[in-house]
Amino acid sequence: MSPMLKKAITVSIPSVRQALARSNPVLANALLAKRTYNSKGGVEMTVRDALNSALEEEMTADEKVYLLGEEVGQYNGAYKVSKGLLDKFGPKRVIDTPITESGFCGLAVGSAFAGLKPVCEFMTWNFAMQAIDQIVNSAAKTHYMSGGNVNCPITFRGPNGAAAGVAAQHSQCFAAWYGSVPGLKVVSPWNSEDAKGLLKAAIRDPNPVVVLENELMYGISFPMSEAALSKDFVIEIGKAKIEKEGTDVTIVAHSRSVGFALEAAMLLEKEGICSAEVINLRSIRPLDTETIIKSVKKTNRLVTVEGGWPQYGVGSEICAQIMESEAFDHLDAPVVRVTGADVPTPYAQNLEAFAFPDTDVIARVVKRTLNKKIGA
Amino acid sequence: MFSTQKISLAKVAAKAFITPLTVRTFASSAARNVSINLHKGSFESYNCDAPSLDVEISKDELVRMYKSMVTMRRMEMASDGLYKAKLIRGFCHLCTGQEAVAVGMETALTAEDNIITAYRCHGFTYMRGASITSILAELLGRKAGISGGKGGSMHMFTPNFFGGNGIVGAQVPLGAGIAFAQKYKGHKAATFSLYGDGASNQGQVFEAYNMAKLWELPAVFVCENNRYGMGTAANRSSANTSYFKRGDYIPGLRVNGMDVLAVHQAVAYAKEWTVSGKGPLLLEMETYRYGGHSMSDPGTTYRTREEIQHMRSNNDPITGLKQRLLEFNIITEDEMKAIDKAARVEVDQAVEEAKASGEPDISEFWTQIYQKGSGVPTARGREPEEFHHY
Repeated sequence: MSPMLKKAITVSIPSVRQALARSNPVLANALLAKRTYNSKGGVEMTVRDALNSALEEEMTADEKVYLLGEEVGQYNGAYKVSKGLLDKFGPKRVIDTPITESGFCGLAVGSAFAGLKPVCEFMTWNFAMQAIDQIVNSAAKTHYMSGGNVNCPITFRGPNGAAAGVAAQHSQCFAAWYGSVPGLKVVSPWNSEDAKGLLKAAIRDPNPVVVLENELMYGISFPMSEAALSKDFVIEIGKAKIEKEGTDVTIVAHSRSVGFALEAAMLLEKEGICSAEVINLRSIRPLDTETIIKSVKKTNRLVTVEGGWPQYGVGSEICAQIMESEAFDHLDAPVVRVTGADVPTPYAQNLEAFAFPDTDVIARVVKRTLNKKIGA
Repeated sequence: MFSTQKISLAKVAAKAFITPLTVRTFASSAARNVSINLHKGSFESYNCDAPSLDVEISKDELVRMYKSMVTMRRMEMASDGLYKAKLIRGFCHLCTGQEAVAVGMETALTAEDNIITAYRCHGFTYMRGASITSILAELLGRKAGISGGKGGSMHMFTPNFFGGNGIVGAQVPLGAGIAFAQKYKGHKAATFSLYGDGASNQGQVFEAYNMAKLWELPAVFVCENNRYGMGTAANRSSANTSYFKRGDYIPGLRVNGMDVLAVHQAVAYAKEWTVSGKGPLLLEMETYRYGGHSMSDPGTTYRTREEIQHMRSNNDPITGLKQRLLEFNIITEDEMKAIDKAARVEVDQAVEEAKASGEPDISEFWTQIYQKGSGVPTARGREPEEFHHY
């Protein structure tokens, strides 16, 4: 990275960063990643490779684990997440399906009822809408409806939320929808450690788990700690991580937004405006409200960030839960949500830039909330 | 010594249910030494051979079939009464008239084979090992119910019976998945996935057909064609009512589903077909329900009472088997009456036991949302104070 570029990133010139983000979102993300507060480690791994490792390790450890989905085998994965797995495990365990989400998701769920541990990949979570009945009515509810007689140890995974320039039908975030369903667990990894640890935990979990990845994160590298490289590394589902400690405001985010939140936090710190605490949710369901409450009691202000639509979203849920909790008495300002815009995602790049939150939007909102005082 | 007696098929009256046959019996009642000849119209095939019309079966199996059908009918009648007494709530879909399908299937299968069906499932649940008490208690929403009272009529399961499914058509890909698991694990057994004429047009059914054929799954798809999808006659819902041909690249068999022996024969054939590696097969069981779609449906606004009566009088599966048993001296009239009486007593007793069972403990409200020990720490009730900590 050139010194000038480096300088451009560290300086609070929104227009420069915006220009970079617009011209090359992948590079912008990469720069973001390098400046984050990850576990110390000498090895770096992309999110894609972390997911690949998770799949390989779990398939090696347990014969009952198998992968199915469109292009997961001979194509090596639409986004190359399953690269090499067909060669290693063969066609019995890595299965290319026809383009029939409703059918192959149902088949996967049925195989889980009968004792296997399927990993059902959706090329993107948008396509899973065709299969959502099987996810919710068959997978999520059956253990309860059967009085505990039927089990469903299935993992559903795939890229969720925004990509770049793929427009309305391919950019939706499903965290809120799946997060509302009792019987499902829902995780949303941000970096490589998250991806590996959460996917492994999901596969080992005897319940149906939804893993919401993000396509724009697949190519980003992050340092991996020694522990994370182990083949028994799992991250507890339902526990958020404090990526950066702070004292003045809490920013809660999940998935790609965590990177933007961290960047905003660093920016604000550099500008001497505030010290922000950044929480990476990691899990949407169960939601680690305890960690958020503890943080709010310390900082007294909360901003939530997500890529999904604002109405009835993850941020809305956090607001409601905080309000109903003891944390309410510790708030010096109302909780604010930063979300995707309430529009179908447009294609034109300048319009798309308004569809999803980024570092500047977060920083702006945090500044605003710092200026608010109850009663003032 | 044994005697043989062949009667020309031409002499069988058009409405007669019983067909002529050859009967030979040996001393042991458990050996498959009773040979019964099915009516020529019992099967119609599509891209495969029809099974033999000669059924080799044992006396024990025949008596068991009779007993099962009689008990099943009693159980469904009891459910009818309980529903009208408002002790059963919500949905209740009875299989009165369709008994031959569940019973004929069970005799041809083993415990290693799996079955999955939709919501008209009480008969199958019984045949797959559930006690009558547990079925009735489930309908009543009681603790002793097979799903702890938490599922109801449409959600009953046994280790080799995967329900009981409420979403029309969804059970078919699930069934293909269960067959997939059997193949994956190397089990030499089959999964029978049932659906109705109404469900047969669902896209996911064709998606399941496609994968079953591509991957040669030990899957048998069974269309229980009772002529009506709720209130819509088959020819008003389906552009092609030859359901046994709808599998296109999957061979199929149309079966007289009111004849328990025809069902048995077809299912045995299908199991052998699929387990021997020929891939999936499609069966269409032509059957009939005397009752409405569910307890909320009188069943007479879209079909005539004459039709219902005609089926009852001429095609009843229990009467049909009864006639065979008597004609071929399998058991006597008195023995049959004893079975009828015993079934009534058994069901009546089960009703009492089910009624005596209490409602589930309130604590069960919160259990089994997730696997025990692997769940979430809390669950929220209707308001913030109604919080459950695990």
